[in-house]
Amino acid sequence: MKNTNSRRSFIKNISLATFSAVALSGCKSAVFDKFLQKNFKTLSKKEKDNIIRDLEIKYKEKYGKEFHVSDKPEIDGTLFGYALDLSRCVGCRRCVYACVTENNQSRDPQIHWIEVLQMEKERGIDFPHSTAQYNPEKVPEKGYFYVPVQCQQCKNPPCVKVCPVKATWQEPDGITVIDYNWCIGCRYCMAACPYGARHFNWGEPNVPTAELNTEVHYLGNRPRMKGVVEKCTFCIQRSRAGKYPACVEICPVGARKFGNLLDPNSEIRYILENKRVLILKQELNTQPKFYYFYGI
Amino acid sequence: MKYNFYENMKVSLIMISLYIVLVSGCKNKESDNSVINKINPGKEDIISSEQSNDYAVEAPPFSDGIFPCTDCHKNLKPNPTRRVLKDWHDDISAMFNHDSENRWCLDCHDLKNRDSLRLASGKLLDFKESYKLCGQCHGEKYRDWKVGVHGKRSGEWNGKKEYLLCVSCHNPHSPKFKELVPELPPTRQEDIKFVQLSNTRKK
Repeated sequence: MKNTNSRRSFIKNISLATFSAVALSGCKSAVFDKFLQKNFKTLSKKEKDNIIRDLEIKYKEKYGKEFHVSDKPEIDGTLFGYALDLSRCVGCRRCVYACVTENNQSRDPQIHWIEVLQMEKERGIDFPHSTAQYNPEKVPEKGYFYVPVQCQQCKNPPCVKVCPVKATWQEPDGITVIDYNWCIGCRYCMAACPYGARHFNWGEPNVPTAELNTEVHYLGNRPRMKGVVEKCTFCIQRSRAGKYPACVEICPVGARKFGNLLDPNSEIRYILENKRVLILKQELNTQPKFYYFYGI
Repeated sequence: MKYNFYENMKVSLIMISLYIVLVSGCKNKESDNSVINKINPGKEDIISSEQSNDYAVEAPPFSDGIFPCTDCHKNLKPNPTRRVLKDWHDDISAMFNHDSENRWCLDCHDLKNRDSLRLASGKLLDFKESYKLCGQCHGEKYRDWKVGVHGKRSGEWNGKKEYLLCVSCHNPHSPKFKELVPELPPTRQEDIKFVQLSNTRKK
């Protein structure tokens, strides 16, 4: 007696069925490649090049614009640091919107990577009593000071620690990045971040085509999709090309400073050595590379 | 015996390649250091304080038609008496707020050479180097500005930087930084609407 319902035949049939389903559905292998795309860190040079080429074609179709997607790795001998002069910031929010345009953040639903908090001078740095909603005719307002908060690029980042799929990691130049294709949208990292620096695409991101920045980095400001987390990358597309981040260049009071912590002659090192410096939530041992200082 | 020979070859090959990797690893570290030096083209390239005008500064922001001053002043008799100007430069008199109790025009402008600034030492100074004049009193700010900590820099963090003159941000006659109109505050979280989400939730 031949048993036709053997395990072997079941498996055989299953695989046949899958294969024929695939063949019938007319899916291109590209779709599967995309579905099976590996974590960015494990991709070979060739695979990266292919993915980037496909992305550029996809963006061209979707937005009708030529994109330049970079996967430029870190520059040897760099560890990026940032300093912000609390005695100068006037809370004008120019940085917030320069960042939005540079990094293709969704306009609606709105995502801002930088949040400028207004704090009372009498209370000092006090998050529970701060507000981001201040809207007077002119800034700075008397009796208040301003603390812009964005990703603090921690040396000991809790967001990286909690990611269940390793979709976010710290690069050798100190920038914590996200592989948007690998992110599953669980938002553990947002819960872990003590600075509220990570933002979730609850809806399909919406950027006016005319305002799209087409100079993008794979791990930074390329257009995101619904369901992924994003955050400040020190403008990875700019900083790795030797340029200052967009928020540094827009700041009308020159409160924002950026440079290489490993270079003893850099502005950032001068600040660390000569100014009174503080970091936010020091007690959490996140060790930010984003320093606040008093220039006067 | 033959088998052993090959085995030995294998082992020695592995040893050799290991050695190469180790050596090249060390070399990499060395070259890392040289890269660090390379990416800092040296502040000396940007800053050497004694030579004139080494800072890549933008041109001084003159009001339209005001420079060169000699256009008007060459026909005027210089008057060194301290006074409030009424017929000309009354706009500056009106706003002047830069230690105005103790200072007036000729503390910075030269009496004889109107197209020049004048240091306290009497040395004439081009308008393009006005930061030196400011630095006479504001030494600490001047030091910070030279290293890129006071004021805005643009350009490259590891290379060529653009400096702004003090007067690009501070009106020299009324240097206090002016108040700004802030950009819009962020949307409150409760005001962010998702059509699909809110529909399903309400049902």
